[in-house]
Amino acid sequence: MSNTAKEQILDFVRGRYPQAEIDETQDIFALGFVNSLFAMELVMFVEKTFGVTIPNEELKIDNFRTANAMAELVARLSPTLAVA
Amino acid sequence: MTVIGVIGAGVMGVGVAQNLASTGHDVVLVDKDEQILADALGTIARNARMSRLMGGPALDPDEVLARITTSVGVGGAAKCDLIIENVTENWDVKREVYQALDAACGPDTVFVVNTSAIPITKVAAVTGRPDKVIGVHFMNPVPAKPAVELIPGFHTSPGTVQRTRDLLTAMGKKSVDVKDSCGFISNRVLMLTVNEAAYLVHEGVADAESVDEVFRSCFGHPMGPLETADLIGVDTILYSVEVLYEHYADSKYRPCPLLKQMTDAGLHGRKSGRGFYTYSTAN
Repeated sequence: MSNTAKEQILDFVRGRYPQAEIDETQDIFALGFVNSLFAMELVMFVEKTFGVTIPNEELKIDNFRTANAMAELVARLSPTLAVA
Repeated sequence: MTVIGVIGAGVMGVGVAQNLASTGHDVVLVDKDEQILADALGTIARNARMSRLMGGPALDPDEVLARITTSVGVGGAAKCDLIIENVTENWDVKREVYQALDAACGPDTVFVVNTSAIPITKVAAVTGRPDKVIGVHFMNPVPAKPAVELIPGFHTSPGTVQRTRDLLTAMGKKSVDVKDSCGFISNRVLMLTVNEAAYLVHEGVADAESVDEVFRSCFGHPMGPLETADLIGVDTILYSVEVLYEHYADSKYRPCPLLKQMTDAGLHGRKSGRGFYTYSTAN
């Protein structure tokens, strides 16, 4: 894995919303064009890409608002992956 | 506690079963083979897990699943007091299912037709209980949508309307009453809108992005009509417009050639990865 978790997550989000300028601190839900359906896609992307299962209590919007928050979640669930 | 039969474990049936189970109802989910039912339970578990993230209540997937039993064939739903049917929007398929249900169920069982287009009176006519047949057009995803269209058929009794309304209330749904008519309110307006939006692209008046931008920015809609088409499925849109065109024999429902070409080319929207827009992952 050549990219950090944060970069991979940002690539995924930017790939879906190429018209927006998104950095790792940007609240993608506050931007208005990301909806709850995309939140579910993010969960599936994170679980598949990083081979983790997100526990039910972590499935809340706050963990998916920014690339930073998602990378932190990945780090909590799988410390070695997040920096690899 | 009454047990509700849910016929069909596709997208709509799964949503209805989850909505019922998560609001405390016991459900028998029916389809034609074990694999479909096993996949449906997996989907319900996943959706229940995602509920809070999708803006719904926090659900325990195990509790939701514990309220659902499955059955191959309509016999499993024979003892239910009320049945919500969600099979494909194909008249021949629906007719067969209703004839089987009518033979299997007791005379007091209410049949709820979940459809976006098929006239309820036509369904009622193939059963021996036209007063106990009523239409409800659930929206997708069922658990997340606050309202439904409620459609009594020609012979539907006030008691059947009340029983259905009570169940919908218990499911957390508001109902909007509509007279029996192909496409009801939602699809008569939405399908024409999407069809006309496709014509704008087809004729080169604007690209898909611009069409949707007008609806988002000028009208404050969360999604434009062509994004909506991709979400529903371009092929499904085409079939719905064709049903309206055939039923009303009115040229205002003429299907846009671009919808036909996209359907033939496999550009079915999100589910195929490409429609009016391109998606990085098919879902």
